[in-house]
Amino acid sequence: MAGCARVTGTVAAEESAAPPPEMTTQKEVPMSVARVGKKAPEFEAPAYYRGEFTTVKLSDFAGKWVLLCFYPGDFTFV
Amino acid sequence: MEVISVSVDSHFVHKMWNDYELSKMVEGGIPFHMASDQAGNLGRAYGVYDEEQGIELRGRFIIDPDGVIQAMEVLTPPVGRRIDETIRQIKAFQHVRATNGAEATPAGWQPGEITLKPGPDLVGNVWKVWNPSMEK
Repeated sequence: MAGCARVTGTVAAEESAAPPPEMTTQKEVPMSVARVGKKAPEFEAPAYYRGEFTTVKLSDFAGKWVLLCFYPGDFTFV
Repeated sequence: MEVISVSVDSHFVHKMWNDYELSKMVEGGIPFHMASDQAGNLGRAYGVYDEEQGIELRGRFIIDPDGVIQAMEVLTPPVGRRIDETIRQIKAFQHVRATNGAEATPAGWQPGEITLKPGPDLVGNVWKVWNPSMEK
């Protein structure tokens, strides 16, 4: 990872949903949308965890219950 | 049970937020992974990324040990969540899973309360075992 590169999370693209190469304008094209009763989209993202910088991957927690919470931003008020 | 929080802030900002503010609210600091989604990829996959504002909405997903989403809730930014309802739902889903789907939980169910056993005998007979006044 280059020092100032903007790191971000990535989603595992679904094989069946892969567009033809000429249509691929983004590196990651997540085609799956989350729905109850369906598999949660797999992802991998940089994270802060108990004093360390790490990478969190959903499938690392297979066999456990996971609560995934999105929120607008750090240092906001609600 | 694992918790993962996600926002568009970098993991560096997560550290600052934990160190300077959250650790004053939660002793020892945040005990779960604070993930960074600066490009909004995770948020898009879960249908909670707001393209116009460049932020994640308040999306909450309960994912079971098979990686299946059992529950989701999405709020716009100004209203915060209620944690004990999330915990109640997790306990209810865990109970249903422990019974291999043989039992279902009525509205407002709390651990220890009666559950429903879906089947021919229950059709038209839920009133005998449950009514809204039992909800706490």
